[in-house]
This record gives sequence, structure tokens and C-alpha cells, in this order.
Amino acid sequence: MSMIEFHNVQKYYGKFHALKDINLTIDAGETVVLIGPSGSGKSSLIRTINGLDPIRDGQLIVNGFDLADKKTNVNLIRKDVGMVFQHFNLYNNKTVLENIMLAPRIVLKRPEEENRELAMQLLKKVGLENQAEKMPAQLSGGQKQRIAIARSLAMKPKCLLFDEPTSALDPEMIDDVLDVMKDIAENSNMTMLVVTHEMGFARAVADRVIFMADGRILEDDSTAKFFDDQPSTQRARDFMSKISGH
Amino acid sequence: MLEIISSQWPSLLSGLWNTILCSVIALIGSLIIGTFFALLEISKYKVIRIIGSVYVEVFRNIPLLVIAMAFFLIVPMYFTKISGFTAGTIGLTLYTSAFIAETVRAGINSVEAGQLEGALANGLTTGQAMRYIILPQAFKVIIPPLGNQFINLVKNSSVLAFVAGFDLMYEGNMIANDTLQTIPTYFIVGIMYLIITLPLSYYMRHLEKKLA
Repeated sequence: MSMIEFHNVQKYYGKFHALKDINLTIDAGETVVLIGPSGSGKSSLIRTINGLDPIRDGQLIVNGFDLADKKTNVNLIRKDVGMVFQHFNLYNNKTVLENIMLAPRIVLKRPEEENRELAMQLLKKVGLENQAEKMPAQLSGGQKQRIAIARSLAMKPKCLLFDEPTSALDPEMIDDVLDVMKDIAENSNMTMLVVTHEMGFARAVADRVIFMADGRILEDDSTAKFFDDQPSTQRARDFMSKISGH
Repeated sequence: MLEIISSQWPSLLSGLWNTILCSVIALIGSLIIGTFFALLEISKYKVIRIIGSVYVEVFRNIPLLVIAMAFFLIVPMYFTKISGFTAGTIGLTLYTSAFIAETVRAGINSVEAGQLEGALANGLTTGQAMRYIILPQAFKVIIPPLGNQFINLVKNSSVLAFVAGFDLMYEGNMIANDTLQTIPTYFIVGIMYLIITLPLSYYMRHLEKKLA
């Protein structure tokens, strides 16, 4: 069963054509990594999936809801599709625990006790159970991102979107976050779409790799094909050689 | 001066009471109305944004005295009889709410966009995101300018004197006319305004420190 379907999707920022003829299907439970140079449209693509950015044309179906249809209540999609941002976007006015408990309380109406229990479990899962009463400003970037992941997981989503989750982190913090993401990919049947430059992570965890450039999808390969063989387009091969050159 | 206080204190106290009453009503009212119009001004729908900015521009660009006079004179002509106190308080509320709307809007804009995106992606509606995440952070930032607005509001309540609102300024005018002790009377009136504004000012500073 497909979780996300793009059919000829076009997206513009003003006159700038950000997404061109996107056709893509992601099945439930798949882990897909989206790579490409900056400005290639990776973030734009991932942000259309939960309706943070609107599409201009085409059809975009997420968890059975049609995002191109103005009558679709986008909140019904967001309940089941979590997102983790590059800059975490934790609620600055709430404690760590409240960050995790707020949406389940007011969106899902989860009973308080159950909510707290699950939040504490999730904090333990991301290794931060002793930070529950801290404010976001008191945490490191890596800690913030793990809290942000816990906050998304608390909604028990069917699908998680990661928009460059480690790009704003100090190098020694990155692994802690990637470990949490690996754990989710391996031990849950959640659909994951990850925009990242972490090739080691992609290789270890992804079922598929999608390569974008200039607003188009140029490659949609199995992980084995993309990394062990080589990408079929020259553009992707160039990109990979530049990345591995570092 | 003591003579004026001792002989006129019932009118002075009643004026002080009316000034406090008018200020409290206008403060609460303008905060609610101002926040409402700030939210209209940042709506994603153009028509609603226009309604918000027309309201703000009308009420902040007409002198308060004209607004108060309009309510005092026009409302009784077409709608219902209202007292000078009511007309003045409504005028003051609407006038101040336009400034508060601009202050609140600036506060909302000062909250980084990621806060709203995080909340929306988390499943909250825009309204819930405003209530639980954006507005609490916005108000924290705007406490100092809001304090200014509130102090201005108390002083501006003296507009009631022109529409027979029986406030402190009105009573002061009466006493000055009756006793011809103009300077001591207005001196006392000034002190009495300070009795309201200084604690208010102190409280806003305290709030600022507490939330910082």
C-alpha cells in the first residue's frame, strides 16, 4: 500500500519553478533517503507532503488524503505524518516534557497519565529521560533534535519526514541522532523519508535512494544499485564523487 | 492645598475611582480587541488582513478626543442613550486597542517562523499554535511596550473630562472652577494620577523580570 504518491506535481515560489514534474510513490513502511545538491528541491518536496508548502499543480496523495484538493483538512494528514526539522523547532516556552505531551493532549485528547507515561518512555528511548524538566534553551543541538524526534513519535505517526535533521549539528552530536533514527527505521514499520547528506546512514538504513537536482528527480534506485553499482545519471555520479571526496 | 483636599476629597475620590474603573475596563478591553485585530492583520486571507489594517489605521490616526466625542454625540442620536463615562470608555478602549494591535503584531512577528511550523507539523491547528506557542512567546517580548500603552491609557482616560465622564480630570476642573485654586488643584490631580500609574509601571517591570 502506498503512503505517499506524487503525480506530475509542480511547485513554484513566485516565478521560481521549484519542483518539476515530480512522480514518486513511497510505500508504507519504506525508508527512503532523498539526496541532492542544495537548491535541488529536496526540502521543498518534503515540505509539500505535510502541507507546509502548497503545490501548484498535479496530484499529491498522502495517507489516502489528496493535498491538491482544497477541501482536504490538512490537520488530518499532519496527525499521522510527523516532521523533524533542521533547526529542531522545539517550543521555546515549554519544558522538554511539555514539548512532547502538548500535541497528543490537545490533538489526540490522550489521557494525561497515559500521555506522561508514553512521553517518559520516549525520552528514555532517545536517552534523555533526565532532561524532562529542562527548557529547550538549556539543551545542546543533538539533545534538541532527539527531543524533536520524541515529540514526533509521541503522535504515533504512520510516517516521519526528516528535513536535514543533522545538518545543523556539531559533528560529535550527529551519531546520537542518527542512532535514534536507525532504531526507528529498523524496529518500527513507520514510513520514513529522510533528506540528508549522511551517506553512511543512507547506505545502512535506506531501502531506496532518490537523487534530485534542479527541481527534478533524476534517480530513484535501490540502495544497493545506487551505492554498490553506481547511479545511472552523470549528474548523480558527479555529486557522489564530490561528496565522497571529503 | 490641604484645605482643598479636606474640603473636596469626596469629589476627588469619586473622580479617582471613575478613572481607575475606566482604565481597568479599557485595559482589559483593548488587550482583547487589540489581540483580535493583530490576529486579523496576520491572517492568510487578504480580505481579513484588510479589515484588520483598516480598523487599526482608523482608530490610531484619529485623535482620541474626536473618537470619544463621536461616541458621546452620535451614538445617542441614532442608537441609544449612553453616559459620558460609557462613551469615553468605549472611545478609549477602541483607540488604545489599535496601538495594542500593532504591538501584538510586532510581538508575533518576532517569534521565529519555525515555532509555528513546528506546531503545525505536530498536528496543531493555527489557532492552537497561536494560543499555546506563539502568543505566550510574543507577549513575553512585548511587555515593555505594552506597559507604555497601559500608562498612556491611564493618562488618556482624562479625555472623559470632555464628555462629562466624572473622572479625576473632570472633578479637578470642577474644583478649580469653584475654588479658583487652579494650581493647587491640578497639582493634587497630578499626584493622584501618579498613584495609579507608578504602581502600574512598577508592576510591568516586575512582570518583565519575572518572565525573562
